Amino acid sequence: MTRKVFPIFAFLIVLTLILAACGGGGGATPSGGEVQTVVETVEVVRTVIVTVEVPAPAGTPQVQIQVAQAPGFGETLKTVQDRGNLICGVNGQLPGFSFVNPEGEYSGFDVDFCRVLAAAIFGDPNKVEFRPTTAQERFTVLQTGEIDVLIRNTTWSLTRDSELGLNFVATTFYDGQGIMVPTDSGIATLQDLEGGTICVQKGTTTELNLADVMATEGVSYTPAVYDDINATYGAYSEDRCDAVTSDKSQLSSVAKGLLPNPDDHVIMDLTLSKEPLGPVVRHGDDQWFDIVKWSVYATFAAEEYGVSSANVDDSRSTSTNPEVKRLLGLEADMGLKLGLTNDWAYNIIKLVGNYAEIYDRSLGPDTPTFIPRGLNSAYMDNGLLYSPPVR
Amino acid sequence: MEQNRPIRRQKIVPLWRDERILSILGQAVFLIILTASLLYLARNMLMNLNRLGLGLGFDFLPLTSGFDIGEHLISYERSDTFFRALLVGLLNTLFVSSSGILVATILGLLFGVARLSGNYLIQSLARIYVELLRNLPLLVLLFFLYTSVFIQLPRVREAISLPGPVLITNRGIAIPWGIPTATFTQYQYILGFGVFSAIALGRGLAWYGERTGRAPLVWLWSLLLFFLIATIGWFILPTRPLTLDAPAVQGLRLAGGRQFSPEFMALLSGLAIYTSAFIADVVRAGIQAVGRGQVEAARSVGLSSMQTLRLILLPQALRVIVPPLTSQYLNLTKNSSLAVAIGYPELFHVSGTILNQSGRTVEVIAITMTIYLSISLLTSAFMNWYNRRVRLVER
Repeated sequence: MTRKVFPIFAFLIVLTLILAACGGGGGATPSGGEVQTVVETVEVVRTVIVTVEVPAPAGTPQVQIQVAQAPGFGETLKTVQDRGNLICGVNGQLPGFSFVNPEGEYSGFDVDFCRVLAAAIFGDPNKVEFRPTTAQERFTVLQTGEIDVLIRNTTWSLTRDSELGLNFVATTFYDGQGIMVPTDSGIATLQDLEGGTICVQKGTTTELNLADVMATEGVSYTPAVYDDINATYGAYSEDRCDAVTSDKSQLSSVAKGLLPNPDDHVIMDLTLSKEPLGPVVRHGDDQWFDIVKWSVYATFAAEEYGVSSANVDDSRSTSTNPEVKRLLGLEADMGLKLGLTNDWAYNIIKLVGNYAEIYDRSLGPDTPTFIPRGLNSAYMDNGLLYSPPVR
Repeated sequence: MEQNRPIRRQKIVPLWRDERILSILGQAVFLIILTASLLYLARNMLMNLNRLGLGLGFDFLPLTSGFDIGEHLISYERSDTFFRALLVGLLNTLFVSSSGILVATILGLLFGVARLSGNYLIQSLARIYVELLRNLPLLVLLFFLYTSVFIQLPRVREAISLPGPVLITNRGIAIPWGIPTATFTQYQYILGFGVFSAIALGRGLAWYGERTGRAPLVWLWSLLLFFLIATIGWFILPTRPLTLDAPAVQGLRLAGGRQFSPEFMALLSGLAIYTSAFIADVVRAGIQAVGRGQVEAARSVGLSSMQTLRLILLPQALRVIVPPLTSQYLNLTKNSSLAVAIGYPELFHVSGTILNQSGRTVEVIAITMTIYLSISLLTSAFMNWYNRRVRLVER
């Protein structure tokens, strides 16, 4: 606390001195001897400029960086560093995104982004504690600080970004809501589902989208709402419902990972909604927001510049591209500006990989949970992935 | 004066050793610690909410909920408010609890009496039933009933059709149901009149019985009168007040009749048979609490076994039965929140969805707790009133 109180205190003293100086200038008593009382309201803005000392490796000169700081700023990073690991909220039941693999380790697309963060902060992708969360509890555990970041195929929406006290960082996966039906049911359009039952998971945007679309199309249906993925798809596979709806990525990964015969199920050729999925952090700590955001962008940028875990060491020693040099911490103190070390992005790329590597590892053509990249390609390849400049 | 001195000396006890003051002090300290910790927790919560820029408030209740609910006793669609969604959940809770209480009481009575039966087979079956169900966790029982019984029923296209027609499928169980017609309101008045006259007749007969000492069959005659009026009313109206709506398979679903979803059936049967095992033991204990001599005395003055049960056994047994029965009813109502595991949209299930879609964790949980508390206190107030009625009147 003293660390935070002191600068504010110092700021207030300076403010008082300035006010006193002003008072001294205009302090001449008006003629006639009458005393005027002047009430002045001063709004103290709580944002202050402070000097952050960043621990630098021995041998390099101590660098001091000035950053704008609001209350709560830097708390999360400090907590994480003191604790020695990152607590990352994940799904845990979704093959391809976050799932416990046969070796007993968490693996998948979302899981790798947790590791990206750990690599950026600690230089060690394994300093992560994974905390499986249900769709219903995910925001509460983040709000209360039980987890540091939520990377759990969570859709970015206005309400969640504002009213829940959370900030969506960046979109790591562009998804759309789909409907899966048994192949032999012959259901091809929404109208074929008239009067049917549709399984959906509780507390999701899909639950809302489904209601919206069905109301718009005038199709009457009964929702069967379940608490977690296993219950939802369990009921679907027992034919409790005619169809199941969720993000297409989830449907495809579940069909291939959880259901007994993947070929017996087909995802209907329609998209009900936009589902941009990405990491979420709490309101109130902008430094942490920046760290998570730029760690994600570092993977986009690395793919754009062709830097991968295989050639990152070469790039570091030979690259002449200033963009790459800034990203890898050879020029300008990008990492220090985030409160990290300058090799943050190098660590991410070296230890986890660029976006393409992360994608291919969990969702690529060689995996059982293959999803074509589509919108999730870099912008040069007609996708939507676009990193702001690292500069 | 000299006699008083030793007494006075005894009376002077230092404050810190005075038992009355110490006990008051102890309670005060406890109260202060309790209040302080509660205040600390509340302040902590408010501070954390403020830090996230979230306030407390119930202004979200009139907002559009945006989600659908599978089963609703009142009309509900996605454009309705969060408040109505809560109401739908509450009604579903009340519906499943009250049906559960009814079924559990009947089953519990049967098995409780069966456990005292002289027939060895009936008695052992009842004992196995009670011991088995009482010792299973309810959640496990619910999962078993849902995933292994009700979801495994045949598909809609291969529905089991029982006479009636009753259709049994994994999408639900449908029974024929009456649909009110134009004359239904008038018929309700006729039924009301029937109830009124039946009560009046019953009162009259009871009064006659007390005066003359001859016991007329009060219940039989009252019921007969009610059914007579109900039947005459049914045929006297220009059109029948209810038309029968038979369920049928229509495309992907069951149509018509009254339908009960597998989730409801699993929850209802789970709650009912689980609680009935406890009620059976309560009933058995109640009956055994009545002395054997009472029964023998009743038989020796010439009462039939039915009369013995009605006039001697039950009134005395009820006194023992009612208090533990109340707590079983409360348990059943509270246990209905386990439906969240199998997806029946009762109060807790719906409030979970509301919590997630509105982001108002604290408020929604507080509302839910208040509602459960109110239901329990009301049930308990009613049962206490009933208990006072059947209590032994001591003169």
